[in-house]
Amino acid sequence: MAISGTEREEFEKQLEAYVGLDIGLEDRGRDPVNAAMVRHWCEAMGDACGAYTDAAEAAASVHGELVAPPTMLQTWILGGVSMASGESDPRDKQKELHRLFDSKGFTGVVATNTEQEYTRYLKMGDEIRAKTVIESISEQKATGLGIGYFINTRSTFRDQNDEEVGWLTFRVLKFEIAEASASSSSEAAAPSRPQRLKPALGHDNAWWWDCVEKDELAIQRCSRCQALRHPPRPMCGECQASDWDFVFSTGQGTIYSFVVIRHPEVPGYTYPLVVAVVELEEGTRFVGNVLDIDPEEVEIGMPVQASIELVDDEMKLPVFRRAQ
Amino acid sequence: MPTTLKDEAAIVGIGETEYSKNSGRSELALAAEACRAAIADAGLTPADIDGMTTFTMDNSDEIEVARAVGVGDLRFFSRTPHGGGAAIGVMHQAVMAVATGSAKAVVVYRALNGRSGARYSEGVSGGPTTSDLIHWSWYMPSGLMTPASWVAMVTQRYMHETGCTSEDLAEVCIAQREHAIKNPRAFFHGKPLTLEEHQSARHIVEPLRLYDCCQETDGGAACVVVSPEMARDLPNPPALIRAVAQGAGAHQESMTSFYRPTMTDLPEVDLSARQCWEISGLTADDIDAAVIYDAFSSIVLWQLESYGFCKKGEAADFIRDGALRLGGRLPTNTHGGQLSEAYVHGMNGVNEGVRLIRGTSTSQPAKNEHVLVTAGVGVPTSGMILGQG
Repeated sequence: MAISGTEREEFEKQLEAYVGLDIGLEDRGRDPVNAAMVRHWCEAMGDACGAYTDAAEAAASVHGELVAPPTMLQTWILGGVSMASGESDPRDKQKELHRLFDSKGFTGVVATNTEQEYTRYLKMGDEIRAKTVIESISEQKATGLGIGYFINTRSTFRDQNDEEVGWLTFRVLKFEIAEASASSSSEAAAPSRPQRLKPALGHDNAWWWDCVEKDELAIQRCSRCQALRHPPRPMCGECQASDWDFVFSTGQGTIYSFVVIRHPEVPGYTYPLVVAVVELEEGTRFVGNVLDIDPEEVEIGMPVQASIELVDDEMKLPVFRRAQ
Repeated sequence: MPTTLKDEAAIVGIGETEYSKNSGRSELALAAEACRAAIADAGLTPADIDGMTTFTMDNSDEIEVARAVGVGDLRFFSRTPHGGGAAIGVMHQAVMAVATGSAKAVVVYRALNGRSGARYSEGVSGGPTTSDLIHWSWYMPSGLMTPASWVAMVTQRYMHETGCTSEDLAEVCIAQREHAIKNPRAFFHGKPLTLEEHQSARHIVEPLRLYDCCQETDGGAACVVVSPEMARDLPNPPALIRAVAQGAGAHQESMTSFYRPTMTDLPEVDLSARQCWEISGLTADDIDAAVIYDAFSSIVLWQLESYGFCKKGEAADFIRDGALRLGGRLPTNTHGGQLSEAYVHGMNGVNEGVRLIRGTSTSQPAKNEHVLVTAGVGVPTSGMILGQG
């Protein structure tokens, strides 16, 4: 069980003291920005941009010389293998904060999100260092992983001339691992992470979900008048026939309406969650998630393409992406 | 035998519990207290009651409530489905029972621990495999499982088609809050709302922000329906039911009617409206004030259109100059509504409609000959017109 009452109050007061603190250490790049690390990174990531790895192409580019991929920013200051050894500098306030969480049972840690901004492209020979501040600590949250607190840090990156070259924010959840809090329970091991709500299956819809398992987005069709209908029903509302078959949709459609769900956050789903009513080219509508898009960019009339994918460890679902 | 439900029954008593975020007692207790208060307000005793009706979503059976309150023989009991759409549906049941002689005095009630108990905002998730759960199963896997998410889908399309903005929705919220400020029963009693606060509040489901969504409340509300003849002998001025009607439309789903040729068409609301006017012989011009179902701000606009207070797509223009406020064309939700008084599934709105007719609202308009009371949007719905007895 998570701590409560005065113990929790005192703990949260201790946490407050960390907000706004510089973690006390400056991360310095062990190597200047260099072509070898850039090449390894680009090969690993599958990034073929010539400005990063081909001197001639880079010279002809707007950069005029080789530059490093902006998203490598943090790479330059990471501690390498020594990070895995578990040793840490006693002056490190961030580690100290994590140990404080550990001492109260919040031993789990998971990185949840990061945001980065790049001021300029890094060039070969740049020497990068970063300072990190603990920006905020959330109130206690009940998450899908367990009860815990979010810690937000902000690292500012500077070069050899003390000019800012970018920043990143990083958020981790320190949480009470669910197994520990459920140790008295004799239930079988829970799935490793929460799963989405599954559909109830009955005579009128199980066949449709069987099609999804076979990677097909089916649309029910009246055997008599050929009218398409969705969601499936046992009788045709047009001609009252009970016989039906189905066709497979191409998955092409346009967004008829959509929402961006922010509250409440249900375990198993990722937020903000975009859900759209899509008008399929066959004429029926279908409700599904729109993935890989900034919610601000979704709009009515946007062409989308369905694909059938695993949305968690167990369930396949038709999902949509902006059509190319 | 009457052929319509015009002037066949009246509301003679209203009652409610306090509205709170944690009642500290059972839903059955809330239901019993609300019924007891309504029966006393009517000048009747439990022994006079021979009919009871409530929502299918209510967790307290008629016979349990009857036994708690001390009601004896029950000649009529029934339930109406589809959440808030039932709020006037239950009135329809009561009026039919009284008009046909199936019962003499019907208590209508609804009580829920909507905040401290099961919260509707937490969404649908499971239950027995009924056609209703199969219906929700088209939405749960994608995460579309709360009332806010279903209404937001239609709201987005409505805003796209009409040019209605979030600031227009704010006017609904602010007008109602002005009323709630004066209502001691209201959660937001004494707490004004500004446009800036509305606009800076977090999104719940875009395009709906926090104050576009109704509250979650613990509480109960009830009223007593009898014949106009019986009403004459009772202490309170009756609220005569000039018309009452239900409606479900083509391609109706409960909350998710996304498959209609035009999603923003609400044939179920149009149907309730049409029947209210046909039965009463009145028009929108005859209505002096309204209680319009407001689980979310946007649905108030749609009902203004369906009931003919303005043309389709023009509700934002209709309300922009304060039509919903006291002194405006149609003072609406003078108790604060479910956005600002309490969410008792529309039954608190029925009681406010009766207060408007009695002249006892805390935001009482000068003219109160006819009051419209509606229930539910996006679900099979219902509406009624109250008049002076």
